[in-house]
Amino acid sequence: MKTLTPEKIAELEEIARQLRVDSLRLVTRRGAGHPGGALSAAEIMAVLYFHTLRIDPENPAWDGRDRFILSKGHASALLYAALSRRGFFPMAELDNWGEVDCPHQAHPDRFKTPGVDMTTGLLGHGVAVGTGLALAARLKNLSYRTFILLGDGECQAGIVWEGVTTAAKFRLSNLTAILDCNDVQLDGPVHEVMPLEPLAERWSACGWHVEEVNGHAVRQVAEALELAAEIHDRPTLVLARTTKGKGVSFMENSSYWHGNAPNAEQLRQALVELGEEVCSG
Amino acid sequence: MREAYGRALAEYGVADPRVVALDADTSASTLSTFFARRFPERFFNIGIAEPCMVDVAAGLALGGFVPFVNGFASILSLRALEQIRTCVCYARANVKIAASYAGISDFKDGASHYSITDLANVRALPEMTVIVPADAAEGAAWVPLVAACDGPVYLRISRAGTLPVYRPGTKLEIGKGLTLRDGKDLTLVAAGSMVGRCARAAQELAARGVDARLLELHTLKPLDRDLILKAAGETGALVTAEEHSLIGGLGSAVAETLAEACPVPLERVGIRDRFCPTGRDLDKLMDMCGLSIAELVAAAGRVLERKTSKTFNRKGHDVVPEGQGTQSINSESL
Repeated sequence: MKTLTPEKIAELEEIARQLRVDSLRLVTRRGAGHPGGALSAAEIMAVLYFHTLRIDPENPAWDGRDRFILSKGHASALLYAALSRRGFFPMAELDNWGEVDCPHQAHPDRFKTPGVDMTTGLLGHGVAVGTGLALAARLKNLSYRTFILLGDGECQAGIVWEGVTTAAKFRLSNLTAILDCNDVQLDGPVHEVMPLEPLAERWSACGWHVEEVNGHAVRQVAEALELAAEIHDRPTLVLARTTKGKGVSFMENSSYWHGNAPNAEQLRQALVELGEEVCSG
Repeated sequence: MREAYGRALAEYGVADPRVVALDADTSASTLSTFFARRFPERFFNIGIAEPCMVDVAAGLALGGFVPFVNGFASILSLRALEQIRTCVCYARANVKIAASYAGISDFKDGASHYSITDLANVRALPEMTVIVPADAAEGAAWVPLVAACDGPVYLRISRAGTLPVYRPGTKLEIGKGLTLRDGKDLTLVAAGSMVGRCARAAQELAARGVDARLLELHTLKPLDRDLILKAAGETGALVTAEEHSLIGGLGSAVAETLAEACPVPLERVGIRDRFCPTGRDLDKLMDMCGLSIAELVAAAGRVLERKTSKTFNRKGHDVVPEGQGTQSINSESL
């Protein structure tokens, strides 16, 4: 396994911080969106887009690229920030995000945003669609890997488990799901709305290899994703324990910030907490 | 029809290696089993999980394949409808939905298995093409065309045999209806199993001196508006016929077209907003559910009466000039 250097770890941590700042700015500008689940997955996306994924921003449709599906499509601000910082399109294209003439949709559209492999929005589809992509890679003898990021609340949907079962049947070792397990959903704590634990045991019982990590520790996330490539007889779940709203004190563990945009003052406070220099006034 | 479809899919798999097939534990019923036996590595049995099957197919399409999703129309068009909308239509994935056991063709299994709203469900989806073959030969003939068409397609397959109407070699084109019989008094517009029944009805009408045109609208979407409006203008009266609810299917599509562009009298033959019973014999069940040839003939009589009736031609809506294409016939004489 490649060991991440301290410099690389620091770089990924800084990227995660920037992605948080970008996400909050984007959601605030649009006056709508989902800040909590963007903040919880910032390290995961930093590792994916700046370390793990084999992708080429100059050639977004490259046949051999790794595929990524944001099953929790409402974290679109985080995905757009990552794609933009990775060079798929200029951040300025999001200046009018939310307006009808902005190409980038509220939720990811694979024809409108370069680098988006699958259109998402309604929860639950990622694992099953990713299963199809992974099957296609096997049939075509291509070495690309398929990655899915989904949320824990999403695992309340039956379609997720249909996909989990199917991926296991076909022993799709080229498929890796990352579960952003922040225990908060729109109506409250996941463990109150509809308990799902023990998630590690459930996925494992379904035939997946499970790696449980701290989803805010970039080294752990990166190593788990690398390890997944070494598992050759089944798909892997990286069960990432995270904090909803991570990095902004008043958003952490709050279901209110699942789907509400900050106002200007709240954004200012949040950016200060994230170490961003904010112009006063 | 299902056997012809199943064999055609297996046959086409030879020519086009991009074609893969999925089924939901119904391959022995949909007869995707012919493909499965021939190309086991290109066949995926997803089990009793139609929504998942559709999503997996979307992924395979993104990966460059042309997946044919096989299952029961009732489950695909209802339980998997969200997957079809989001991951196939909205995501514009090149997935073909081969929806078998459509209409009331699964007569031994009853209303839970009937699919009488599927056309309404999928017709409303942007990006979707909807095709309803009339008989076994036509069902087979569509397979290569559906596979070659770039984009989502819903192909409606009957469990049963239907009265044969398709002449092998007839050119099929998505969105272009067929004129199976010319006529000037009225037009029968049919899809699927009702095409053969309408052909019989046209013969009966001819014996009574009524010259009925017969259009087969195998493509519900995109609808061949030109062919419908031409028939409306030239014959001044239409009867639609479908093995589907009257809400949202062919009759609705034709009514929408006429209402917007050429409002002539229209009678619709189909299932009248009800759950149909289990049966022993499909022909008798169809008769009982309002799809009989006698009902088609009666509907023709009603529409002709309306066409010639003064009450329809209200002031300012004299869209059917007196005497044009009409005969001295009324429903009593039929």
